[in-house]
Amino acid sequence: MFVIERRSAPSNLYRILSPVLAVLSALVFGAIFLKLSGFEPLAVYGSMWRGAFGDAYGLSETLVKAIPLALCAMGITVAFRMSLWNIGAEGQLYAGAMAAAWLALTFPDAPALALLPAMVAAGMTAGALWALIAAIPRAWLGANEILTTLMLNYIAIFWSEHLIHGPWKDPASFNFPLSPAFSEAARLPAFGDTRIHAGLIFALAAAAVLTILLRKTKWGYELRLIGSSPVVADYAGISIPRHILIAMAASGALAGLAGMAEVSAITGRLQYGLSPGYGYSAIIVAWLAKLSPAGILAMSVLFGGLLVGGYAVQFIGVPAAAVNMLQGAMLFFWLAADFFGSYRVIFRGRPQEVR
Amino acid sequence: MEMDALIALSAAAVSAGTPLLYAALGEILCERSGVLNLGVEGMMLAGAVCGFLVTVATKSPAAGIVAAMLAGGALAAIHAFMAITLRVNQIISGLALALFGAGLSSYLGKHLIGVPLPVSPVPVWLPGLSEIPVIGPAFFRQDLLVYGSYILVPLAWFWIHRTRPGLHLRAVGESPDTADAMGVNVCRIRYAYIVIGGMLAGLGGAYLSLFYAPCWIENMTAGRGWIALALVIFAVWNPLRALAGAWLFGGIEALGFRIQILGAAISPFFLKMLPYLFTIVVLILFTVYSRRKRIGAPAALGLPYERE
Repeated sequence: MFVIERRSAPSNLYRILSPVLAVLSALVFGAIFLKLSGFEPLAVYGSMWRGAFGDAYGLSETLVKAIPLALCAMGITVAFRMSLWNIGAEGQLYAGAMAAAWLALTFPDAPALALLPAMVAAGMTAGALWALIAAIPRAWLGANEILTTLMLNYIAIFWSEHLIHGPWKDPASFNFPLSPAFSEAARLPAFGDTRIHAGLIFALAAAAVLTILLRKTKWGYELRLIGSSPVVADYAGISIPRHILIAMAASGALAGLAGMAEVSAITGRLQYGLSPGYGYSAIIVAWLAKLSPAGILAMSVLFGGLLVGGYAVQFIGVPAAAVNMLQGAMLFFWLAADFFGSYRVIFRGRPQEVR
Repeated sequence: MEMDALIALSAAAVSAGTPLLYAALGEILCERSGVLNLGVEGMMLAGAVCGFLVTVATKSPAAGIVAAMLAGGALAAIHAFMAITLRVNQIISGLALALFGAGLSSYLGKHLIGVPLPVSPVPVWLPGLSEIPVIGPAFFRQDLLVYGSYILVPLAWFWIHRTRPGLHLRAVGESPDTADAMGVNVCRIRYAYIVIGGMLAGLGGAYLSLFYAPCWIENMTAGRGWIALALVIFAVWNPLRALAGAWLFGGIEALGFRIQILGAAISPFFLKMLPYLFTIVVLILFTVYSRRKRIGAPAALGLPYERE
C-alpha cells in the first residue's frame, strides 16, 4: 500500500530539474515507440538534433519556427494566467494573416514604411477581434470558451481556404490555390541571407513587455488573482467580464501578429498550410514554460527545433507526426513531474490491524 | 420527390450523427462521474486509426472495432491516471490527450492513407422494420453500429437513472464526499467510467473510418470530438437528449453535403463551416437558456478528489 502526502513546497533543485526530467522522459518514451516501429531511436534523435541545431541553416530554421510559437504561446499565457482557456490561437493566427494579406493585396504600391506598420496593426486587430467572438459570450453569458475558440479555428482556416480558392486566387497560379505574391514593400525584412525575420524582434519585445505587465502592474496581479480565486477577485471589486475581454483581445492580438509575420516574412502570400499547428503546439509551450514569457522564449526554440528535426527525419521515413506525439507526451510527463514536486508518495506495508 | 429527399437526408443525418453520439455517450458517462475529459478528439482519432489498421491486417471489421475501443480506452486510462491519481488539472490533461492522440494517430496512420478497406461493411436492412414507410428507409437501413447506438442510448439512460450502480455514478459526480462516506470507492468508479468513455469515443472513431468514410485520412474527425463535448452540454448530461442532438448535428453536416452536391452558388468552404458555426450559436443560446432554468453540470465536475 502507499499513501500520497502533500509536500509543503517543491525543493528548489526539483523545480529546476523537473522540466528537464519531463523532456527526457518523453524522449525515452518516444525512443520506445520508434524502436517498436522499426527505427533506430538514437540515429533518429541524432539526425533530428543535427537537422535542428547542427549547422547555421538548421539553427536559423529553428528560430524561424520559434517565432510564431513564441508569439502564440505568449498570447495563450495572458489568457491562461486567469484560467481562461483560449485554445483558439491557431484561428487567431489565421485571422491575423488574412487581415495582413488583405492590406498587402489591396495596396500593392504603398511604401513599406506605411504598409508594414499598417499590416502589423491589422493583423493584431483581426486576431483580437477573432478572439473577442468567443470572449464576449464568455464574459457576459459564461459560454464555454474552450469549445467556442476551438470551433473558430476551423472557421478561420476554412475562410482562408475560401479566399485562396475564390476571390483572392492568383490568376497566374495555374489553378493552384494561392493568393498573388505580395509586393516587396509588404515583406518583413530578414536578417542577412537567413529566413529569420523581424518577427524575432516582435517576439523579444512581446516577452519583455509581458514580463513587466504581468509582474509589475496591477493588471498582471488582477489576472493572477482571478485565475486562482475568482470569488475573492469579485469581492475585491475586480470586474471579471472586463478582464476576460481585455485578456482575450491581448491573447488574440499576439497570435494575430504571429499570423501577420508568417504571411509577410515567410510565404509572402496567403496559401495552404500557413501554420503546421503552431497555435496548438503553443499551448504545450506555454504550459511547459510555466506561463512565464522568458521560459516561453526558451521552450519555443526547443519546440521549433523539434519541428525542424521532424522534417529532417522524414527523409529516413519517420512520419513528421512523431513530433506532435512527442510534444503531447512531453506535456503529460511534465504534468506528472509537477505532481511529484508537490506530493510525495510513501510506500509502506499493509496497515496493521488494530486488535 | 421531396419526401424522398427528406428521407435520404434523415438517413444521412443518422449516419453522420452516430460517431458524435457514441463519443457524446462516452463523455456523458465520464462527466457524470465528475471528470472532464477534453481528449475526445484524440481518443476518436486513435480509435479511427487503430480500427482501420486492424481491419486491414485481419480483414475483420469486428476485430477492428474491438481494437478501436481498446485504443480509446487505453488513452482514456492515461487521462484517468493524470486526473485521479496525480490530481492534475483536468483541462490541461485533456488538452494534452487531444494533442497526443492526434499525433499518435497520424504517426500510426502514415502508411494507411489511400489504402482501401479489404472488406466493406454493407448496411443491414432490418427485416420488417426497414419496410415501414418513411421511418424504415430513414432509420432501419443503416450499418450495424448505428443499431448498436439505438440500443446503447436507452440502456445508458436506464443505467444512469434507474440502477444502483448508476446512483453511485451520479453520487460520485455530484458529491464525492458523501459517496465516499456511503462506502462507494470514488477513485475506482471514476477510473471505470473514464475508461468506458474512452472506449465509446474510440468506437465513434471506428464508425468514421470503417463505415462512414470508409478510409483513413489524417485528422479525419475534423473537430467531431469537440462537437461531441458541446453536445454533452446541450444534452444536459442525458443520453436521450444526446441522441436528438447528435442527429441534429448530423443533419447539419449532411445538409451541407447535399447543398454542395446540388451545386448552390455558396462557396463549399462556407458550407463546411456550418457544423462549427452551428455549435457556437447553439452553445451561446443554450448558455442563456440554462442560466435561466438553473440546470448545470454535475456539481463535482473537474474537481480532483482528495480524501480528508
